[in-house]
Amino acid sequence: MNWEVIFTPDSLAMYGEGILTTLGLLFASLAAGAILALIFALALTGPSLLLQRIVGAYTFVIRGTPLLIQVYLIYYGLAQLEWIQARWDTIWPWTHFKEPFFCALLAFSLNTAGYTAEMLAGSIRETNAGEIEAAQSFGMSRFQVLLRVVLPSAMRRTLPAYSNEVVMMLQSTSLASAVPGLLDVTAAASRIYSDFYLPFEAYLAAAAIYLVATFCLIGFFRLAERHFLGYLGPRKG
Amino acid sequence: MTAYYWSILHGALLTVGVSLAALLVSALLGMVGALAKLSHRAVFRVPATLYTTVIRGIPDLVLMLLVYYGGTIGINNLLELAGSEATLDLNPFFAGVFTLGFIYGAYMTETFRGAMLAIPHGQMEAAMAYGMSPRQAFMRITAPQMLRYALPGFTNNWLVLIKATALVSLIGLQEMTYLAKQASAATRSPFAFFLFTAGLFLVYTWVSLIVLRWLNARYSLGTKRVTL
Amino acid sequence: MKKLILTLAITALTASAFAQGKDLKVAIDPTYEPFTFKTADGKPTGFDVDIATALCEQIKRKCVFVEQVWDSMIPGLQAKKYDAIISSMSITEDRLKVVDFTDKYYNTPSKIVVKNDIKFTDLASLKGKKLGVLKGSTQEKYANGELKKVGVVITPYEAQDQVYLDIKAGRLDGTVADIVEVTGGFLSKPEGKDYVAVGPELFIPKYFGGGAGVAIRKGDKALKEELNGAIKAIRANGTYKTLNDKYFKFDVYGK
Repeated sequence: MNWEVIFTPDSLAMYGEGILTTLGLLFASLAAGAILALIFALALTGPSLLLQRIVGAYTFVIRGTPLLIQVYLIYYGLAQLEWIQARWDTIWPWTHFKEPFFCALLAFSLNTAGYTAEMLAGSIRETNAGEIEAAQSFGMSRFQVLLRVVLPSAMRRTLPAYSNEVVMMLQSTSLASAVPGLLDVTAAASRIYSDFYLPFEAYLAAAAIYLVATFCLIGFFRLAERHFLGYLGPRKG
Repeated sequence: MTAYYWSILHGALLTVGVSLAALLVSALLGMVGALAKLSHRAVFRVPATLYTTVIRGIPDLVLMLLVYYGGTIGINNLLELAGSEATLDLNPFFAGVFTLGFIYGAYMTETFRGAMLAIPHGQMEAAMAYGMSPRQAFMRITAPQMLRYALPGFTNNWLVLIKATALVSLIGLQEMTYLAKQASAATRSPFAFFLFTAGLFLVYTWVSLIVLRWLNARYSLGTKRVTL
Repeated sequence: MKKLILTLAITALTASAFAQGKDLKVAIDPTYEPFTFKTADGKPTGFDVDIATALCEQIKRKCVFVEQVWDSMIPGLQAKKYDAIISSMSITEDRLKVVDFTDKYYNTPSKIVVKNDIKFTDLASLKGKKLGVLKGSTQEKYANGELKKVGVVITPYEAQDQVYLDIKAGRLDGTVADIVEVTGGFLSKPEGKDYVAVGPELFIPKYFGGGAGVAIRKGDKALKEELNGAIKAIRANGTYKTLNDKYFKFDVYGK
């Protein structure tokens, strides 16, 4: 096996740029997705039946279609629409649709928002009815009940499932290699493979990078679970 | 234009084929893996644990590219070393089925392991007291009950597997995602074709949910549903 | 039951796995109109495909077309997924290091294609413009070698028709492509009417090599001689001219 090629400065620089793109995509889409997920989860568990149906349809479509198709739809599909083409040279939000990074980011954010919204909605529904009754008997408004009682415990309950979602999102960022012009870790490995004809070395290096990143994320979430859910575990000593 | 849509529908058959074949492989691997992980002997437990940890830490796409591009070269090199003139051509279908089966075998291992652990241990002890061999105990006690516990996780894995088949298009299998991409580039109308393909996936998901819900109902006959 | 499934699986695996006898597996990238592309119902067609069929008839073997993404063409050849590449692959020194080529079967230059409202004077006047190129092609090498340094933004794509998709969408200002291919695949279509080929005809051997040939594995002398003989034969007996005239109004064999 010819590992020297992987460790040349050029190749390492390509992997480095790939790591930056991957991590950038991961954290940005998680952040945007989390905010959207909160809004969607509130819609799913809220009083308005219409909103429930609309957001329910959204999560059904997101969870029923592959992320690859969603990426293609946003990158190629939206670009085809005359309405977008007329605006994306000059008007601010639409100018970003020209950039591959933004399109990938949008696709990933919408995807993680769909999954996380369902998780969060499920946790909100599982909130102990007694806690909510107690809060209401204190005279808290709906908003106060939500902010002080429901959301903190729902978010804690979602943590284990959310850690799974974050790890899956990391693996999903490898689909950014399907967008032309984006160099993430998988695209860097593909580049090295087609330049030097070394599939094993190139893709094993990429796999190693993802493994290390996954272990870091899992470790971080274990600490987070200990901090937020420590009260559920057995007493120490 | 409509001919493109028909070819995408043909590709849909390939998608169904890949997903079902991969499901079979992953279910087999999952069963073996779960038994290995629950085994007393470390020689089985350690590789199984390594398998589930590593596979879930690598993206599906990277593993697929590794198997498809690296696998053929590796196998041909091995054949050359052995002195054989034959060439083994790993076509995208088998590369995709094997890789997807291998990946989702890890997830199935966790699902089946959880299902096996959910069976009350007293039943195994009773089986031992009756003098059943481990194999008999497994076939008669564990396996039938395990299916019911495993069904939710199995459904979940199956739904994710359906969507992962879209990745096989990236190693050149002419299933519906691949054909949709080619059609959209050739006719310069990506929106229509990708929306069509997304619709086909939704139909596939919906039909799967109906089938699995029926299976769940059938296997839950005779059990009581907890209502609060 | 289990034994039946096992035997079925093994037969399925081996039936498709081992190399066939008389068939010649030919790799094509069917996104390169009019040289290699597919009709709406999925049949490969185009100049390259017709030449390949003619060559196969000459050497009395059946052509089986295998689709492959452009930048993994050569690795696939080395991995024995197919035996020849007949898909407008140019004969360049870099490629000759890893594969063998037959004699050329056509030679056409490349050109830069941009929107007609860009005042092109020399290469530097393209500064800041975004051009798309095919990943792994000679045009990409040229663009990275000559255009990047004057400030042109080069984006590699995995298929040439995806470049046209993004040009139509407005993400790209143009491309560097084979002049015949870009005429047949883009400029002659409605979306290409505002675009024009500018600059000199690019025949630079360092980047573009000496025409398109059939790529075969290094050391496969028998096939190379058979195909060379076949190319000479179809040029002599008029088959080449018929195919040439079917697609083009001029002689693509070139110098």
